[in-house]
Amino acid sequence: MMRAPPLRHVFATSVSEAAHLLATDPRAMILAGGTDVVPNLKRRQFAPSMLVSLKRIEALRTIRSLSGGGLSIGAGVSLSDLAVDARFAKAARALRSATAQVATPHIRNVATLGGNLCLDTRCTYYDQNLEWRQAIGYCMKAPKSTGGVALRDKEDCICWVAPQSPKCKAVSSTDSAPALIALGANVVLESKDGERTLPLRELYADDGMAFLTKRGDEILREVVLPADFERWTSTYWKLRRRDSFDFPVLGVGAALKLGSGGTITDARIALGGVLSAPILVPESATLVGKTLTDDVITAFAELAAKHAKPLDNTDLEFPWRKRVTKVFVANALKELRGDDRAAMGRLAERAVVG
Amino acid sequence: MSSTNWNRDPKNSVGKPRRRVDARARVTGQVRFADDLSLPRMLHCRLVRSHVPHAKILGIDASKALARKGVKLVLTGEHFPIAYGVLPVSHDEHPLCNDKVRFVGDPVAAVIATTEEEAIDAANDVVVHYESLTTIATPQEALATPEPRIHTYGDAGNVHKKVHFEFGDVDASFAGAAHVFDDTFFYEGNTHLPIEEHASLAIQDPEGKLCIWSSTQTPHYLHKALAKALAMDPAHIRVIATPNGGGFGGKSDPFNHEIVVAKAALMLGRPVKICLTRLEVFYCHRGRHPIEMRMRTATDKDGNVLALDLQTLLDGGSYGSYGVASTFYSGALQTVTYTIPRYRFRGCRAFTNKPPCGPKRGHGTPQPRFAQEVQLDRIAVKLGKNPADLRLQQLAQPGSLTANFMRIGTIGLGACIDKVVEGSRFRERWGKLPFGRGLGLACSSYLCGAGLAINWAELPHSGVQLRLDRSGEVTAFCGATEIGQGSDDVLANIVAEILGIPPFDVRVVTGDTGLTPVDLGSYSSRVTLMMGNAAIQASERARDLIAKSVGEKLGVPPSRLVFANKRVFDAQDPNVGMTWLEALHRAESDHGTLGTVGSYRPAAPAAKYKGGGVGPSPTYSYSAAVIETQVDPDTGWIHVEHVWVAHDIGRSLNPTLVEGQVIGSVYMGLGEALMEEQVFGRLPPRLSNALVHKIPSILEYKSLTTKDMPDVTTYLIEDPDSAGPFGAKEVGQGPLLPMMPALANSVFDAVGVRVDEIPVTPEKVIRALEAKTKRYGPGEFPTVDWPEPLKVAPPWEGGDGTAQNEKPRKSKIAKDGTRIVTP
Amino acid sequence: MTDDTPRTSVRMTVNGEDVETTFGTHKTLLEVLREELGLTGTKHGCELGECGACAVEVDGKPILSCLLMAAECDGAKVETVEGLMDDARLHPLQEAFADLGAAQCGYCTPGFLMTAKSLLDANPKATRAEVKEALSGCLCRCTGYQQIFDAVLSAADKMGRA
Ligand SMILES: Cc1cc2nc3c(=O)[nH]c(=O)nc-3n(C[C@H](O)[C@H](O)[C@H](O)COP(=O)(O)OP(=O)(O)OC[C@H]3O[C@@H](n4cnc5c(N)ncnc54)[C@H](O)[C@@H]3O)c2cc1C
Ligand code: SF4
Ligand code: FES
Ligand code: FES
Repeated sequence: MMRAPPLRHVFATSVSEAAHLLATDPRAMILAGGTDVVPNLKRRQFAPSMLVSLKRIEALRTIRSLSGGGLSIGAGVSLSDLAVDARFAKAARALRSATAQVATPHIRNVATLGGNLCLDTRCTYYDQNLEWRQAIGYCMKAPKSTGGVALRDKEDCICWVAPQSPKCKAVSSTDSAPALIALGANVVLESKDGERTLPLRELYADDGMAFLTKRGDEILREVVLPADFERWTSTYWKLRRRDSFDFPVLGVGAALKLGSGGTITDARIALGGVLSAPILVPESATLVGKTLTDDVITAFAELAAKHAKPLDNTDLEFPWRKRVTKVFVANALKELRGDDRAAMGRLAERAVVG
Repeated sequence: MSSTNWNRDPKNSVGKPRRRVDARARVTGQVRFADDLSLPRMLHCRLVRSHVPHAKILGIDASKALARKGVKLVLTGEHFPIAYGVLPVSHDEHPLCNDKVRFVGDPVAAVIATTEEEAIDAANDVVVHYESLTTIATPQEALATPEPRIHTYGDAGNVHKKVHFEFGDVDASFAGAAHVFDDTFFYEGNTHLPIEEHASLAIQDPEGKLCIWSSTQTPHYLHKALAKALAMDPAHIRVIATPNGGGFGGKSDPFNHEIVVAKAALMLGRPVKICLTRLEVFYCHRGRHPIEMRMRTATDKDGNVLALDLQTLLDGGSYGSYGVASTFYSGALQTVTYTIPRYRFRGCRAFTNKPPCGPKRGHGTPQPRFAQEVQLDRIAVKLGKNPADLRLQQLAQPGSLTANFMRIGTIGLGACIDKVVEGSRFRERWGKLPFGRGLGLACSSYLCGAGLAINWAELPHSGVQLRLDRSGEVTAFCGATEIGQGSDDVLANIVAEILGIPPFDVRVVTGDTGLTPVDLGSYSSRVTLMMGNAAIQASERARDLIAKSVGEKLGVPPSRLVFANKRVFDAQDPNVGMTWLEALHRAESDHGTLGTVGSYRPAAPAAKYKGGGVGPSPTYSYSAAVIETQVDPDTGWIHVEHVWVAHDIGRSLNPTLVEGQVIGSVYMGLGEALMEEQVFGRLPPRLSNALVHKIPSILEYKSLTTKDMPDVTTYLIEDPDSAGPFGAKEVGQGPLLPMMPALANSVFDAVGVRVDEIPVTPEKVIRALEAKTKRYGPGEFPTVDWPEPLKVAPPWEGGDGTAQNEKPRKSKIAKDGTRIVTP
Repeated sequence: MTDDTPRTSVRMTVNGEDVETTFGTHKTLLEVLREELGLTGTKHGCELGECGACAVEVDGKPILSCLLMAAECDGAKVETVEGLMDDARLHPLQEAFADLGAAQCGYCTPGFLMTAKSLLDANPKATRAEVKEALSGCLCRCTGYQQIFDAVLSAADKMGRA
């Protein structure tokens, strides 16, 4: 049986207590739902001294409307709750589609939004037992010098995916991040030094090791949807081999604000699963002022797919994932235009939920 | 009365859909799988496995591990000088590697400690020094690299086995053919992935003997292997096969971990348990061989096959396992489905530095079946025929001998094809659906048990013993192993049918070499037929004893007595009779304590040439399937809409279970067809010689989820075969076989491209769509230095089953009753 | 595990009974159920959240016991397959699984049963599509699922009528 290494466990009763515990023990680690932490512990990718559980922090499990408009979602809200919440049924449909497609129903029952956003990057050379990683001589993200435990700082050890690369290319595999980036979400981080708010997309860096820009002792407290989110229309397309269990090997979050006559007044298209960070397609703004004709869609999909840099470290072959990126970006826009998804083929039918 | 009574319609439990006798335990969590067992003072074992693919072992330093708290023992290859293996021709495994390691995962040491946690940590502390050898990753490399040899035995260099047969003048048939079809195919390897990880618990029993509980499909072979590897008197070894949480062939070899815990328990005098991790289950493997194939077919102008010429190259992995048999199986059953007047088969198995391949559901036959059925589809398209008609016009004949001397029983294949064709409206829709939608048809056949045993002893393949208790309970003992397929229910059902009692009044005791008569094990779809026939014999003997006593008492001729509804009565006047209990008491007072035995051994095969021992079976099952798919042309995505499958079961003993086996086979077949792959990754050779399983997890080794599984329409064709109990044939493996070719054929019908490789993935569909040839698949078949063929004339060319150019063989009987044949 | 391996005590309700147990803090609920409490009805096939064999119900929801640190379960209400029967009577799901062939090797069965129980408790009129979705976190290598779907729907039907 796979087992976690010896460690301690403590329930934090407030975010500030948790922040304090993290600050005093740099080897302490947050435990939210544990659906990413626990398998990684058992594979000995992590060796924390202590797990600081957020489970008993009631405040993290609330969703509130903000006085100036917008919504605040606590980091501890479970993905199953998000996937059925009526507040996300329309404008924030991308969030519903993303959370409803994470892993399996059992996992969504305990997995949290905060954990999903902070999910470790993934790679076929990394998400393996210690014995297996020993057989490849480890790799840069979890090198031999640490006994195979993941590092966040660079170390002189090879990356098997891109042996020439100075950076780890492990893949950002969170479903909710591209959806929430498309929705323009901000995140609030809290540490013993206080709190700060930043756009969600700035939480990420395209580096498989140092993939979060937040400090290790900062706690992701809440996710804030902008005041105007209800005036947007959005969707999330997920690519995976099986219709359950599987991590995204491509996620397309798309959100548009449409003016009269279908003119685009604002646009955010985000990609996940094809880099070490989820990204906002920089050309999103070029859609503004246009209407979604087939030509506009095709041209944009070409541009967007250029940013996808899948490599040979996930399921499904990477040239194919790149090809589907174009198809999914185009189809997501067509869907937002009002096209019938059922007419887009069988893969399209299962790429969106809700 | 007595003797087989297949043609007598069963009137009691046989044929009625019903809850299996062991269902209640299964739904209450009370089945005790191997890892559910625990004993006082039990120790835990963890294996230290090689992290290099091919190397000499220079030394092992266990001092740090031994110094850890809780560690009781560290074993290494030195403790296990004797080799073992499942086939007598390839005893090439040691419980712990002796001098060298052959793949990443090969066990080199074992740590036994008081908790599993301690064993895990101590195992990480064992240091092994290696001297690396050249890594051999593929059969092509094995052919090109005779040195260093992975094993010092085999046909040459790193070739384990080469075979070559010719049944009739194949070249002459090709020369005179109206059409010749010549295609190459590749079938990637895949594994069983039982949800239960292998586990074993061994003890030194109170008498000082060895007892082991293990998740094995073959307790008898484990028994033999333990006796050999531990140099023990087999009479002092008891193997209890715990119910398997899925087997599919993956628990059919005696395994190193089983022998290791046995040895440790004997050395320490304490119970020792091991439960493998999922990674280790991938290392045990013994799954589907990756096979590259070239199939040439000569036909007349109507598409009737005149001759078939098949070459197979098997990637065997690092050990023999069942591999010699697999090599023969990759050519043995091509002839039993359609009439093949002449046939040439060349097969080669190479050693590579990967986990050993072996038997998985369909053992060696799904790969060439895929090639054959896809090529038939091509023939139909080329000749403008409906694929169903092309097959129906040349079905093999019931009761006939094939070109390679397989004796065929009944054939329900025509009826199978008719059913799926009708259900799917194949005639109306094939070739006519809009672009992106397709239908594919394929057929298959499978063994109902191997005609020859692995160890060629002239002993029964299955034995059943009955104990008839005064209470009315009947206990049936048999060495067969319950792996989920329902063999316990088959046993209870047959005994109950013949004695006229409810199956739930039969207690079954199975898979225990200390209590039950030998049955060779749950593999090759042999249990229903072989155990079933043994059970019939034992039950009829019991029935005859009882009938004699009851007949005397009632003044009715015993042959007129009916056993039904827990009564024994006169067929002519049902009121004249007595209860089952009265009948039993009568018989016991007449004959003394009641008990009977029955056994079964298949008739001698018609194939007498060397190698003809693989393929013969008492009878063959047949299946046909149609798969409907939708394929997205822009992504290549394949969606399976529906599956129609018909299976020739001979007779369905319990339709609930039969249907479950059919759908389960469809499930596993679709997984293979679409996504399951046991693949290996090699790091850039200038940086590392690593060769590792690429995706050793249940997450990345893809098995269909509830949402990926299409609806299945099942048809059972009942055409009883005199060889089977009540006419029953196998069902555990056959219905898997048509899935892969039916899927590939369906993709062709949908988008007009051929993917000649399993699995058929969206990436490959796109590559085929973009290719000028509208095909994706392997190129030329590798050059193999084939031996001279063994020439056997087909029956219709005057052949008698022997080879024209074979040297006479000597045979002798070994100490354990095994017949050893040397050429 | 050594003498200084951190240990934790929890109190929880397992199948309706209060239990208090102490174990190595690194253990998941799966390990505590099987190894500390002797409830081996809950199975394991990967211990990494990838197969669903270890599914049990915690606080009314199906979850994977191999991913839940047991220390997190203080105060939890846990239901396992051992508690599914009503005294000596099989639960309708158990009856249906037995009758319709939904358990072949039976290894995945406890996980499927507990997941289906949670589903039917929350949604007694679940459709076939809802059953597929709810069970999509459990793998079965034997059955091809069809008989499992049939069994859950048949049990739902019976429970609805009872
Ligand atoms: C079989 C399987 C399939 C999966 N499939 C998917 C999938 O399809 N898509 C997907 O996105 N994920 C998938 N996951 C990963 C995981 O289940 C989810 O990402 C889940 O949302 C993680 O949330 P959690 O609460 O369980 O996180 P945890 O495991 O508790 O934590 C994850 C990480 O985030 C940190 N963390 C958690 N909360 C906070 C916080 N508030 N502030 C700062 N740091 C925090 C933790 O320290 C840890 O590093 C899968 C997992 C498994 C085992
Ligand atoms: S991308 Fe490279 S460095 Fe990063 S985990 Fe994979 S192999 Fe290691
Ligand atoms: S044991 Fe596989 S999901 Fe828990
Ligand atoms: S019944 Fe065997 S895994 Fe489901």
